[in-house]
Amino acid sequence: MVALGYTMVYGIIQLINFAHGEVVMIGAMVAYTVIVTLTGANIGLHPLLIVLAGVLVAVPACMGVGYTLERTAYRPLRRAPRLAPLITAIGLSIILQNLALIIWSRNPMPFPQVIATVPYHITGNPDGATITNVQIAIIVTSFAMMAGLLFLVYRTRLGVAMRATSQNQQVAGLMGIDINRVISLTFVIGAGLGAVAGVMVGSYYGIAHYQMGFILGLKAFSAAVLGGIGNLGGAMLGGLLLGVIEAMGAGYIGDLTNLCQLSGWSDALARRCADGSYLTLFGSNYQDVFAFLVLIAVLVFRPSGLLGERVSDRA
Amino acid sequence: MKSFFDTTKNPWLVKAGFLLVIACLLILPWVLASVGTAWVRITNLAILYVFLALGLNIVVGFAGLLDLGYIAFYAVGAYVYALLASPHFNLHLPFWIILPIGAAVACMFGILLGAPTLKLRGDYLAIVTLGFGEIIRIFLNNLSQPVNITNGPQGITLIDPFRIGSFDFSKRETILGLDFTGPIKYYYFFLIVLAGIIVINIRLQDSRIGRAWEAIREDEIAARAMGINTRNIKLLAFAMGASFGGIAGGMFSAIQGFISPESFGLTESVMVLAMVVLGGMGNIWGVIIGALLLSFVPEILRYTVEPIQKAIFGQMLLEPEVIRMLLFGLALVLMMLYRPAGIMPSALRKRELETKVKA
Amino acid sequence: MTGAAQGVAVPRHASALALLKATDITKRFGGVQALSEVSFTINHGEIYGLIGPNGAGKTSLFNVLTGIYIRDGGTFMFDGAPLENLKPNDVARRGIARTFQNIRLFANLSALENVMIGRHVRTHAGVWGAISRNAGTRAEERAIHQRAYELLKYVGVEKRAHSLAQHLAYGDQRRLEIARAMATEPKLLALDEPAAGMNATETASLRALLEDIRRDGTTILLIEHDMKLVMSICDRVLVLDYGKKIAEGPAAEVQKDERVIAAYLGGEVSLNLKGTT
Repeated sequence: MVALGYTMVYGIIQLINFAHGEVVMIGAMVAYTVIVTLTGANIGLHPLLIVLAGVLVAVPACMGVGYTLERTAYRPLRRAPRLAPLITAIGLSIILQNLALIIWSRNPMPFPQVIATVPYHITGNPDGATITNVQIAIIVTSFAMMAGLLFLVYRTRLGVAMRATSQNQQVAGLMGIDINRVISLTFVIGAGLGAVAGVMVGSYYGIAHYQMGFILGLKAFSAAVLGGIGNLGGAMLGGLLLGVIEAMGAGYIGDLTNLCQLSGWSDALARRCADGSYLTLFGSNYQDVFAFLVLIAVLVFRPSGLLGERVSDRA
Repeated sequence: MKSFFDTTKNPWLVKAGFLLVIACLLILPWVLASVGTAWVRITNLAILYVFLALGLNIVVGFAGLLDLGYIAFYAVGAYVYALLASPHFNLHLPFWIILPIGAAVACMFGILLGAPTLKLRGDYLAIVTLGFGEIIRIFLNNLSQPVNITNGPQGITLIDPFRIGSFDFSKRETILGLDFTGPIKYYYFFLIVLAGIIVINIRLQDSRIGRAWEAIREDEIAARAMGINTRNIKLLAFAMGASFGGIAGGMFSAIQGFISPESFGLTESVMVLAMVVLGGMGNIWGVIIGALLLSFVPEILRYTVEPIQKAIFGQMLLEPEVIRMLLFGLALVLMMLYRPAGIMPSALRKRELETKVKA
Repeated sequence: MTGAAQGVAVPRHASALALLKATDITKRFGGVQALSEVSFTINHGEIYGLIGPNGAGKTSLFNVLTGIYIRDGGTFMFDGAPLENLKPNDVARRGIARTFQNIRLFANLSALENVMIGRHVRTHAGVWGAISRNAGTRAEERAIHQRAYELLKYVGVEKRAHSLAQHLAYGDQRRLEIARAMATEPKLLALDEPAAGMNATETASLRALLEDIRRDGTTILLIEHDMKLVMSICDRVLVLDYGKKIAEGPAAEVQKDERVIAAYLGGEVSLNLKGTT
């Protein structure tokens, strides 16, 4: 979902919105505040409603942030060479991070798990694969939003306007499309999606922290590129793929690089592994590296991503 | 009076100004030491940042390639020094052997990173370099198992200072009646290296390679059509920038005595980038000023902001670290919006050229 | 000048030796066949024109020749050796230099610097030379400066040597681009619509420049829409239409070719070339 935000903005104005990760973070933080306040107020609201309230406040808040960013920082730079908005985005990302730091303090805030997690055992075996109701909710929401977005872009007038602008800004303007409005809306919608994503991430991992946006943003960007930046379906596919790769990689890389498997080659190694312990070369703490490696690999070997690039590059 | 300062009419003025600056630089450490020895350390770190900024300036300013993971080369240089001159592996090679090795290793990493990625477009390159920087940091953080290479998050301590024979850079000595503390000794050494690096930069800029970089920056397609092997020349920029970073990293290790992966994150990369952007991408003197500004101002703030906030608000609302980062972010954004060429735009050079022809 | 005007079959300054021989060059872009088995020969020392209606594939041919696009089929023999799929900078090193339809100068560099960059491919100083400024490097730099200035004089832009390229008058910019291309010491100079946007006076002085270049030994390949210029200066001409070659030969013959006239005008009207000198 975060990837969708990135890919939308890139598709329209060829800008990698570095600050997008921070927007997601803000979504999480705002929702956190709302949820905590409501829970604390003990009004007796159903937990689902509390979460909903959190989302309902976070989304407009993030949209506001997205809009402000676009108006103040990106619009004036639309004609500048590519480097300028990129640097600005980085600067904004820093500013947002630190503002969040000031407002919400430097500590990771435990995201209240207002909804009791109910695990569902897929194979009927308590030790086998399980999935919780929160995870189900996240998956369902994600798909719903993605479907909504696809509908918007391919079936509505606004969507047509957006696609036109992404292909040729000048001509779209001449055809009567209000470029500024379209671009602003793109940002805003992306931000809204980001907000929901932020809430979901917060619920899933249980914490909200001013730096969470950064890594999240990078991975989402990797996902967007993997799928083909500028391509909505690609972003979704990329997101799913990256998630799977990361999870499986993190889980299995310990096993794959377990040097003990090579203990036949060296006595010292065999002795060390004798007690059945693991001697992993790369443990699951290298998880984050995966996203980057995927990103680099994709960009080097197949820059147009899996589903092809929609952004035309005039040589 | 104004014509007195006109350097075209009074060329000796330039030389006089130059000597004045050098004199100030020479007595600076003593002046600072009287305020507090911490300030000499801060100055040394500032000079290291100048090295970094100049190195990144080659990549971003001369060649126009956005590198967001530049600090990785600094890290490599620092760790190479730390591993070769500390109790960690019990190796204690002298600094004048290690620094070139550090530069070479960093250079190698630069080429490793650049070879597959330099054909990417600006924004993509930025992300990839960012990823690379992070990967290096993660590796440094984790290469403590199964073989302890980097000692993980704890870093490496008790790093040797620079030594030439019996002259130890970290010991406090009295020479010629003056009290040379460790930092002051390093200061002069850094100043000499800085002078060398500035000369190298100036010469690079005004050379066939420098022109090739400019051509690539202006119009890569035209540059290729004119026979410039853009891939190799870009790689050269990367390699040179990386080498400078590597040398600076080694010096960092020595003066700190202790390094850990924490000091080499994205934040630091962005800081160096901010210095280059602020100063004027491509302009050597501008970049130096940018680096000095962004090194000293946060420190100055740190010493003034705390007491002021405590006095007005009774407590710390904004920690100096946060203010510093906010300043960096603002610097980047405001510079791009209002003065993208930097404080001292390198267009200055062009205008100077034209006035010379008229005179 | 009169020899060229009468459309002499093999002008005295050209040799019968082929400098560039193209055979069956083909290039596709998705569904569009930009070039279809185009074959032609450019001889040493001539000015060879490439004409055709808009969209005929002229610039595509340029781009395929100079390595910006990779051709789908066919071969180029340049100066006796084949041009395999070379990158643009290798093509320049082999001796083909070009200018661009939309002028691609280094806008923020001075005119002199632009031409100096053209010297890059024939000079050697590397990093070590740059840093040490040894005697060899210094000598090379002086030579580069001098040659660049000479070229500026050759094209007539030396008075604006230190002006930024973007501040030059349009006509001067086109000349500067030619000077820069010449700095690479090309055997074949490929010019993409150098006279575009020029008035009659400017075109006349451009013509003089091109004749100087030919006289001094460089072969020229020229895309142009200005028929007067083409007919007055080109020794031979290639006509493309929809990616196919429809005529090749001396200018005077081609201009009378029915297929050429039909391609340009879609009917049976004769080209008005009264003013051709």
